[in-house]
Amino acid sequence: MNNFRYSRASDIADAIRLLAPDPGAKLIAGGTNLIDLMKENVERPSRLIDISRLPLREIVETPDGGLRIGALVPNSDLAYHPLIEQRYPLLASAILAGASAQLRNMASVGGNLMQRTRCPYFYDTATPCNKRSLGSGCSAIDGLNRNHAILGTSNSCIATNPSDMSVALAALGALVHIAGPNGERTIALTDFHRLPDDKPHLDTNLGSGEIIIAVELPPHSFARNYSYLKIRDRMSYAFALVSVAAALELEGNAISGARVALGGVAHKPWRSLEAEAALRGQAATPDHFGHAADLLLQGASARSHNGFKIELARRAVVRTLMQATNATPQSQAHKKIA
Amino acid sequence: MGDVTHELPDRIPTRLVINGVSHTLDLLPWTTLLDALRDHLALTGTKKGCDHGQCGACTVLIDGRRVNSCLTLAVMKDSAEITTIEGLAKDGALHPLQQAFIDHDAFQCGYCTPGQICSAAGLLAEGRARDADQIRELMSGNL
Ligand SMILES: Cc1cc2nc3c(=O)[nH]c(=O)nc-3n(C[C@H](O)[C@H](O)[C@H](O)COP(=O)(O)OP(=O)(O)OC[C@H]3O[C@@H](n4cnc5c(N)ncnc54)[C@H](O)[C@@H]3O)c2cc1C
Ligand code: SF4
Ligand code: FES
Repeated sequence: MNNFRYSRASDIADAIRLLAPDPGAKLIAGGTNLIDLMKENVERPSRLIDISRLPLREIVETPDGGLRIGALVPNSDLAYHPLIEQRYPLLASAILAGASAQLRNMASVGGNLMQRTRCPYFYDTATPCNKRSLGSGCSAIDGLNRNHAILGTSNSCIATNPSDMSVALAALGALVHIAGPNGERTIALTDFHRLPDDKPHLDTNLGSGEIIIAVELPPHSFARNYSYLKIRDRMSYAFALVSVAAALELEGNAISGARVALGGVAHKPWRSLEAEAALRGQAATPDHFGHAADLLLQGASARSHNGFKIELARRAVVRTLMQATNATPQSQAHKKIA
Repeated sequence: MGDVTHELPDRIPTRLVINGVSHTLDLLPWTTLLDALRDHLALTGTKKGCDHGQCGACTVLIDGRRVNSCLTLAVMKDSAEITTIEGLAKDGALHPLQQAFIDHDAFQCGYCTPGQICSAAGLLAEGRARDADQIRELMSGNL
């Protein structure tokens, strides 16, 4: 790790004040991503601003019947919170599919949204990487790209966003509340992460002086017909090759509302309003789900090693939507895929 | 990447209550809790395996919750109560998990064992594992 200075923020305004004068300063919450990257010399902050003691640990009901989750709620506390387990089990399931029990105890909601890609070249400071060092090139495009993106890529970067939690939040239509030098603002989670285009060094639309203060879940929670299916190289404690968050509203066997988000395939959680609209009014059958999967995967393109992901994602979408239809969500402990 | 400072910043007085005993250390900010335990306090029961959150050998309990001490900055845990493998035995009697590891010969080289036992203690406190599959899943942060 490089030398850095350490400050403990006393409140949100103090954190924003400490960030402003120093472009090299970084916030630290759970530290599980930032310290890892600092040990690899990928992140070299001049100052760490410790926000872990700020009063952002509450989960409260909003007037419209949704939930507001403080940015410092640990991932494990969120997944096991009774209101999340009962009303937003899709979110609980996605969180429990990620990392390990120890890491989930440390990881914060805000940090989870901000975690950086697991592209091995991004971690290896001896190789070119536009995300780490803009203009140096992308080693993955003609390199080992088995776990890279198939959607929304650019000629600058083909990295994926590794968060499981964000995939469920995208499907649920969550909002991100942000504070900064100019006050507070709110953006949709699906607009929070960016596509790489020619600025892959920017993962999100968070401004450099801003801090995430909360994530808000809308009232509609899809508590009955949902599933989170994560496909990976081993059964636990590995990042997704492909993951699917699916949520349905059914009247009998007819679909009145559908949400599908894909993880592991793009620089952000991937949703398609067109695919979801195509499901409305249809019967919940594998054929209709396959059609929606084709729409969701429209424009997918493979590099040398990740072509398998396109068909894998298609099948995973159909399977996850069937699990949601049957109200048999994927268990994150019992690994057999129903 | 910002301006990286080359002069050493001030050491930060940090109080850690480890296995019931209060210690005050003057630490450089980049000292991990793992290094503070091993290098500053000679509590070498907590192991460094990967140093990147992947193996669980460094697992300790902070305020009763299991965490990876290799990804924890010690200065961020000022005033926290930390339990390491050295603190699990009570009044000379091994913790039931320690005894069970011995009874069932649950070691190979033993390097990962303190982390396994601390992690299992955290798992029991969480109360979320009700069958073998759930235990397997919730212990997957160790190795
Ligand atoms: C071995 C390993 C396996 C993992 N497996 C998975 C997995 O399978 N699935 C998965 O989803 N994740 C996985 N993770 C990643 C883990 O979920 C993230 O590291 C964690 O969520 C980050 O949260 P944190 O609070 O520790 O963030 P930190 O490390 O503290 O911060 C990360 C970044 O977020 C910024 N930040 C933090 N809080 C805020 C805020 N409130 N506002 C603005 N910026 C902020 C920091 O400045 C920093 O840039 C894994 C991690 C490890 C080490
Ligand atoms: S895919 Fe993105 S993160 Fe990976 S090497 Fe290319 S530019 Fe870097
Ligand atoms: S040493 Fe901390 S997880 Fe491996």
